[in-house]
Amino acid sequence: MATIAVKRRPHNEPIPLAEIPLLTTEEFRCTVIGELTAGGSRLLALFGQPEGADAIRVFAVLGYAVTGSIGVLTTDVGDRYPALTPECPQAHWFEREIAEQWGVVPEGHPWLKPIRFHHSYRPGHDAWGRSDLEPIMPSEVDYFQVEGREVHEVAVGPVHAGVIEPGSFRFQCHGEHVFHLEISLGYQHRGIERTLMGGPDKRTAHLMEVIAGDTSIGHATAYCHAIEALAGREPPLRAQVLRAIAAELERLANHVGDLGALANDVGYLPTSAYCGRLRGDFLNTTAELCGNRFGRGLVRPGGVLWDVDEARAERMAARVESALLDVKGATQILWDSPSVQARFEETARVSAEDCEALGLVGMAARASGVDWEVRRDFPSGFNRFTFLPAATWRAGDVFGRAYIRGLEVEHSGRFVVQQLRSLPAGPIRVEVGGLRPETLVVSLSAGWRGRICHVVITDRNGRFARYKVYDPSFCNWVGLMMAMRNQQISDFPLCNKSFNLSYCGHDL
Amino acid sequence: MFKIIQERLRQGKRTIAYPAGEPTLPDRFRGLPVLDDANCSDGCRACIEICPTDAISRDERGLALDMGRCLFCNDCVTACPEGAIQFSQDYRLATRTRAQLIVRGGPERELARPLEQKMLRLFGRSLKLRQVSAGGDGSAEADLNVLGTVVFDMGRFGIQFVASPRHADGLVVTGPVTENMRRALLNTYEATPTPKIVIAVGVDAISGGLHRGSPEVHDGIGDLLPVDLYIPGSPPHPMTILDGLLRLLGRLEATPTGLRKRVLETARVNGLAGRAGAFLEAVTNRGKGKRQSEPSIPR
Repeated sequence: MATIAVKRRPHNEPIPLAEIPLLTTEEFRCTVIGELTAGGSRLLALFGQPEGADAIRVFAVLGYAVTGSIGVLTTDVGDRYPALTPECPQAHWFEREIAEQWGVVPEGHPWLKPIRFHHSYRPGHDAWGRSDLEPIMPSEVDYFQVEGREVHEVAVGPVHAGVIEPGSFRFQCHGEHVFHLEISLGYQHRGIERTLMGGPDKRTAHLMEVIAGDTSIGHATAYCHAIEALAGREPPLRAQVLRAIAAELERLANHVGDLGALANDVGYLPTSAYCGRLRGDFLNTTAELCGNRFGRGLVRPGGVLWDVDEARAERMAARVESALLDVKGATQILWDSPSVQARFEETARVSAEDCEALGLVGMAARASGVDWEVRRDFPSGFNRFTFLPAATWRAGDVFGRAYIRGLEVEHSGRFVVQQLRSLPAGPIRVEVGGLRPETLVVSLSAGWRGRICHVVITDRNGRFARYKVYDPSFCNWVGLMMAMRNQQISDFPLCNKSFNLSYCGHDL
Repeated sequence: MFKIIQERLRQGKRTIAYPAGEPTLPDRFRGLPVLDDANCSDGCRACIEICPTDAISRDERGLALDMGRCLFCNDCVTACPEGAIQFSQDYRLATRTRAQLIVRGGPERELARPLEQKMLRLFGRSLKLRQVSAGGDGSAEADLNVLGTVVFDMGRFGIQFVASPRHADGLVVTGPVTENMRRALLNTYEATPTPKIVIAVGVDAISGGLHRGSPEVHDGIGDLLPVDLYIPGSPPHPMTILDGLLRLLGRLEATPTGLRKRVLETARVNGLAGRAGAFLEAVTNRGKGKRQSEPSIPR
């Protein structure tokens, strides 16, 4: 086995492209697999980038939670290379993305299908041999199929019954019993990564806020950390605290909304009604801060655009305090209700082993007892100076994913109130200059769903040669598929809501 | 059971008084843009150049802002040395035509008119809508869902989202219409029984928003479907959506008094100079006397 020692570095720090080791494909494969299987690291990013006329340079970013460090490795490949997925299942979605974007075939990938259904970024190269002129229809591919007497397939989507985003779901069923669910996405593909090329420009920060509409603060913060690292600037402390407050308000709004929606999906209407209203209270607190319920126009490179005076901070704190009290009441009756617990417990379990093997992130992983938490393991911004406990639960079922939300609401709520009442003085923004040329930076930030990872590569003029975005949903859709195995199909809405993944965050 | 009743009493009644009373909006809320280009110096293009979606332009008639492209982001307000652009607290932004979304300095402005008589007879007291997200980022969808909560309780107006286009009177479309959703959107429209209406919610659906020009999207609904109501915003505030829907159904007519006061107050606080103040006066006083606040909501 030809492996090399991986140099570990802090995240959110610029790495000159020239310092990133370029390995042979064999060395790359052995090293990455070794680090992921025995080296205690996780795959944060794996993507291709054109190198010269014919080659694709594959970048792997490994994360070591214990030391809070990352490692970056590269190799050049032609139109095919031996896949990592057979040895490292967590690479499976990343390798499908590489195949789709660059027309490179990861040989030996067990289920090589497109994930977003668009033409290859390299005309003339297609992993499935399709021509550039042929229109690509979403979801028109093979699916796993179960055969046998009375086995049938249920297809749902792309337009769903609720007011939600589109995606296509195929269930292999025997009566109510689901053997397997396969999810096909891509309907929301807006081409964001390609729009970002050549930036930053006047659209860039705004685009970050619409990668996933419910995670505007999370993605904008990851972007700002990347830009600030590339420009060598640190935003003022007050701005960092305001960003952290906004991020936790985003978590509060989404978690509370999800708790209500989970209650609704088991027909428990009191909590559903209360939480529907309370979610708005947190969104309105964010609007009190910056005028927009989703926090748009707040977080910008160098700091934030809106400040709060003492009166406003106190108004926001009092509002959150009162909402938290109501959330407590609304959720207590949920936890106390045996009929709800009967539906939540043991439903849609994902084991810790599956979570680790498939590389699930965030809340969904922590609900299965996998204690990975970006705010603690890879802190950035104000999270470097404060501590927000991460909730974990062992069960890995709908109850686990619901209860984790309940616990996080308490922690985040307390944090927001406390910080609003003790804001550090000072400016809210500094000027950010040009970006370092030919540099890579890996920015990790804690979205409410889990780890957000942005990888930025600048060209020789300090413009974006690549802006790679990973929403936590990118890693977690497979978790939903696993969770539905051997479940009742009627539990699907409940199971889906317990993950509440972003379609557009995945489709980009 | 006792605990549930106790909690029910504690949580109280939360439905807003609107339309009988005015909704409370945060003071930093950015609603209807107010333009005053009297002090613009020749050749200054600060607002035009900073706008991330090219919503602002200038021609011989002066400055114009296209709400169909606007993110209501405040970048132009910050960039302008003369305070020529301000966002007021007026949340009533919906229009019936694409052209009406273009705001200019001056008092002429029309709120969304009701559907024609025949459609009103069919939908006026019961409107069932099917939502299609065609590349939407989830925020406009979220603020549509919010209308179903106890706070807005859209059901009390007879408006409801339904699970199937076969049961719907119209479509509510969000998102820039991605290439991958085009066929599904058209099929859903096809599946909706005639007569039907189409409502475009959010900047993406109206013009493509930030994704305008991406080869993967259609720059909004455009000419794919006939649009009956445009609701601008990124995403639109739930009040903007509700106001638009109620106006389309002819359920709201006048400028509520509370709002009039609030717009004037914002103008005063922001120190809107000369013409902008006069403009606001003109907007807010228009219709005073002839149509006072009389929400036509059946009880």
